[in-house]
Amino acid sequence: MSLQSEMPIPQTTVKQDRDIHSPPHSNPAAGEAAVKVTADIVQTNRQPRSSKRWWADLLWASIIPVVVVVLWQWAGGAGWISPEFMPTPWVILKSLIHLIASGDLAYQIGVSLQRTLLGFAIGGLLGLVFGCFTGMFRKAEYLLDPSIQVLRLVPHLAIAPLIILWFGFGETSKIAIIISGSFFPMYINTYAGIRQVDGKWFEVGRVLEFKPYQRFTRLIVPGALPSILLGVRLSLAVSWISLVVAELVGSTAGIGFMINEAKQNSDTPVIFVGILIFAIVGKLIDSLVRLLERRWLHWRDSYRG
Amino acid sequence: MAETLLNITALSKSFDTAKGRVEALHKVDLNIREGEFITVIGPSGCGKSTLLRIIAGLDGQYSGTITLAGQNITGPGIDKGFIFQEHRLFPWLTVEKNIAADLSLRDPEVRRKVDELIELVKLGGFEKAYPKELSGGMAQRVAIARALLRNPRVLLLDEPFGALDAFTRAHMQDVLLDIWRRNQTTMIFVTHDIDEAVFLANRVVILKPRPGQIKNIVPIDLPYPRKKTTSSFQELRLRVLKLLDSLDELELTDGAGI
Repeated sequence: MSLQSEMPIPQTTVKQDRDIHSPPHSNPAAGEAAVKVTADIVQTNRQPRSSKRWWADLLWASIIPVVVVVLWQWAGGAGWISPEFMPTPWVILKSLIHLIASGDLAYQIGVSLQRTLLGFAIGGLLGLVFGCFTGMFRKAEYLLDPSIQVLRLVPHLAIAPLIILWFGFGETSKIAIIISGSFFPMYINTYAGIRQVDGKWFEVGRVLEFKPYQRFTRLIVPGALPSILLGVRLSLAVSWISLVVAELVGSTAGIGFMINEAKQNSDTPVIFVGILIFAIVGKLIDSLVRLLERRWLHWRDSYRG
Repeated sequence: MAETLLNITALSKSFDTAKGRVEALHKVDLNIREGEFITVIGPSGCGKSTLLRIIAGLDGQYSGTITLAGQNITGPGIDKGFIFQEHRLFPWLTVEKNIAADLSLRDPEVRRKVDELIELVKLGGFEKAYPKELSGGMAQRVAIARALLRNPRVLLLDEPFGALDAFTRAHMQDVLLDIWRRNQTTMIFVTHDIDEAVFLANRVVILKPRPGQIKNIVPIDLPYPRKKTTSSFQELRLRVLKLLDSLDELELTDGAGI
């Protein structure tokens, strides 16, 4: 889109058309034409991707998965890989259908999702609040940030055994593991997002006499929003990964439990179903946040490829 | 003759840099009348932006006195509208919301004034557009509307058209003069473009660098609308150019670098 380069053209027409001794803009027709031309451009610029383009992108993205699945099925059918270690896609699909039909899968996904969202809600909220404090107040930064940065460098899964020691194998320890994972990405991105809000806007805020709370709601929140939403995305991803650990360590329900149980029963296809579910649900959660990004951050003028 | 709106007396300002103390402005005296259009011109480093920022209340720690309508300037505010070199619109707000900024468009009074201003800066049809969809000239007009909504006593413009191409710039000068003619807002306009300075102003203030001081004030007694091709315009332009040229020689003999 070359909106910028389009603009001088109608404007020069305005100049040429105008009688030089008359006041500026005595030729409304030319001015209006200019506005219309640009308005059309703006309209096309705002349109979302066409459905044709969407299907083409989807086709392009599915090349690699389709090739892998076809090769896998073919190699399995030819007897080159052991069905105990590596069941074919077809067998996995049958197992998936069975799990869906029995209602077992929906139940396990429900349990896992609930844990993830609860853990993320607490960890993410804490990260957001702490990030806001250290981002906005120097004193809070000096007090909190060094300690948080040190803790951040400890792989949060390394403290999982400690959490289990403290809270046992119950629900509390699972949520605690997820909280410990989801806190840091949210914290870092909120803090960094606030710090990268352009200082020039604060000068505008001073000239327009913004009150302190308006500085927060009108400059800091929208300015840091791209980074905060990235924090949400990363934090949800880490929550989902932490869930696997929490459930594999010991649980009586959830996708991780389903995988663990299948391992003990040597029911390999179910393990694959579990892995598949982790991938699909993870991707769906991520897409949901990206949808929010597209809705809330459409004003951004960044490179789209 | 209209009353004095802005009074600047013995204004000096220094900055502490790594190389020591630099005097940006030295004993500047200037009286600006209500409704006047002043342009400030001078080579880089003459303190013209600093002068504007002090008037705006954005920069402090100066000596001397500076009053707006008899009141000391204590900080930035809506009575001193400021147009930056870049438009500084909020990218997440539409044109009309950028103009309203902290005011609510649901207030019928605000709504009416915003619509009037959109008409004044000739952006009808773009109320709902986002800054990324605007050209540089359009965005700068939104910034001007944003300042005007607050009925400033004085509008301070810091090289606002510096980044625009020649055609858009000429167009913007017409738009600004049109606004000035209608609203009679006092304007202080910093520029490094001689044509622009002479074309717009009642008086051109020429600053000399190191330290920033007023060298000359050239009254421009041409009637509006002006035409850049007339001989009277060219004469005044030449006069300003010669005064600026003499600064260059001064600088060379001083052995100072830019």
